[in-house]
Amino acid sequence: MSDALTYTNKDLLAILHSTKAIAMVGASPKWNRPSFFAMKYLQEKGYRVIPVNPGAAGGEILGETVYANLTEIPHKFEMVDIFRNSAAAGPITDEAIAVAADKGIRVVWMQLGVINEEAARRAEAAGLTVVMDRCPKIEFGRLHAELSWGGFDSGIITAKRRRVRLT
Amino acid sequence: MKSNKTPGFETRMIHAGTQPEPVTGARQTPIFQNTSYVFHDADHAASLFNLQTFGFIYSRLTNPTVAALEERLASLEGGRGATCCASGHAAQILAFFALMGPGDRFIASNRLYGGSITQFGKTFKKFDWHVDFVDVDEPEAVRRALTDRTKAIFVESLANPGGVVSDLEALAAIAQDAGIPLIVDNTMATPYLCRPFEWGADLVVHSTTKFLSGNGTSVGGAVVDSGRFDWSRSGKFPGLAEPEPAYHGLSFYETFGDMAFTMQAHAVGLRDLGATMAPMNAFQTLLGSETLSLRMERHCANAKAVAEFLEAHPQVDWVSCAALPSSPYHALAQKYLPLGAGSVFTFGVKGGYEAGVKVVEACELFSHLANIGDTRSLILHPASTTHRQLTDEQREAAGAGPEVVRLSVGLETLNDLVADLDQALTAASRVAAAAD
Repeated sequence: MSDALTYTNKDLLAILHSTKAIAMVGASPKWNRPSFFAMKYLQEKGYRVIPVNPGAAGGEILGETVYANLTEIPHKFEMVDIFRNSAAAGPITDEAIAVAADKGIRVVWMQLGVINEEAARRAEAAGLTVVMDRCPKIEFGRLHAELSWGGFDSGIITAKRRRVRLT
Repeated sequence: MKSNKTPGFETRMIHAGTQPEPVTGARQTPIFQNTSYVFHDADHAASLFNLQTFGFIYSRLTNPTVAALEERLASLEGGRGATCCASGHAAQILAFFALMGPGDRFIASNRLYGGSITQFGKTFKKFDWHVDFVDVDEPEAVRRALTDRTKAIFVESLANPGGVVSDLEALAAIAQDAGIPLIVDNTMATPYLCRPFEWGADLVVHSTTKFLSGNGTSVGGAVVDSGRFDWSRSGKFPGLAEPEPAYHGLSFYETFGDMAFTMQAHAVGLRDLGATMAPMNAFQTLLGSETLSLRMERHCANAKAVAEFLEAHPQVDWVSCAALPSSPYHALAQKYLPLGAGSVFTFGVKGGYEAGVKVVEACELFSHLANIGDTRSLILHPASTTHRQLTDEQREAAGAGPEVVRLSVGLETLNDLVADLDQALTAASRVAAAAD
């Protein structure tokens, strides 16, 4: 991940806790693809994940209908998670900006390795929050101490006891 | 958004990996002395086995107490993740298991700890893994030893037993040019004295048995991954970058990115090699690591003073300690180990093998045993013990000739340590005189 792009734990938690539905652009129906891993994990954590993939539109992934683009999704969703390359993230971000008011989009999140500074500037100018070069699954796991179970450095130092309850 | 402030080393050595246990509020990390973990349902079990979610299946792969130590070591080294295992030797197998295939080679320093030389040179051959031992003080010799099948360069930051310091920055540059990782055994230095990732290393291995646990209670090892090496670029590392048949064609590097090595080391390495760290040992090592900086400061101060005493002693031929200005490695120590050159070093007794054995046997306070990095001061005659399996030539290269005595200076009162060595050297001088 890029060291230059740093986000505070507080801001990332605020995004993850205020999001209920995520449009995942580039979601794959193949069970051993990274996007499938992330979608399954986020569903298990209580998010509704709406797959967007023109090649698989009309089908289903993990019980959710696949749409060809963001515009066709007939639900509200707060986050667009971009599982495509950095160049493709440009037009997807522009579509997110165009339908943001209609769909309730507040966050454009680009996956690990996906960085598009120009698209990020356009989204931020339109009032959206942008995260790049991160995975929401990994960040959710890191901020809730699950990443630590695998022996990874979460970067979290605290003497506070985590509450185990519905929030 | 601004970045998070990274807490200091001492804060991390006490807190990293060990948040209060959320269910009970237990402040010290519980010893999760259990083998297996309940699944929510069949789908959760499937997700865990597919590596699609984080969690515990079976303690051969991961365990909460061991994971706490792994996160702490990753944090202290400045790495992405760590994999703890049964011993330092297990850590070396685990590191190479991810990188090597039959017929592959790696380059290693010819001044490694004797146990590593034996493992690499003899036992690894049974896997058809081949080592080229090189004098790593000569960068050109390292370059010359590179082949198409060379998969890594392996050195100790501070070598056991001889006060040898590796030029990590120069070696990292050679490894980078060759598209292979630099692996550094950081056991003797610990991350308090040296952090190899800051000099370009890609993997760090530890025997946690030594200074990290610190009290001589618990055998253990660890592989720490920097998360920076691109495992896919060269095509040399199929175990990390190619589809893994045991996980239905998943590629660790594509799926887990900078977490790939640590995921592979648990999900394939520990799963199939089985050299797991026991939770109790992880707990003891967590306890030890909480005082690492304090202990290392005193270890280094005592060791330097003992080395100065020995260097001035008439019965001592030479002292090989990078803390001393007389050491050819003094400049490298100042660069890579600015807080201290560790507490393990060697010296040569006048009178050869017999005198060396006598010094060891005559000590009252130094314990004669085969370990380093204990609170207690330790003494050993490598030629007759740890380096016994080596050839004479290998022993000389490793700094473990017949007259050599190794010390691991502990935390006792300095004057008591000096007095003990002084009387032992006097006893040895009588042996030497009788031999003459």
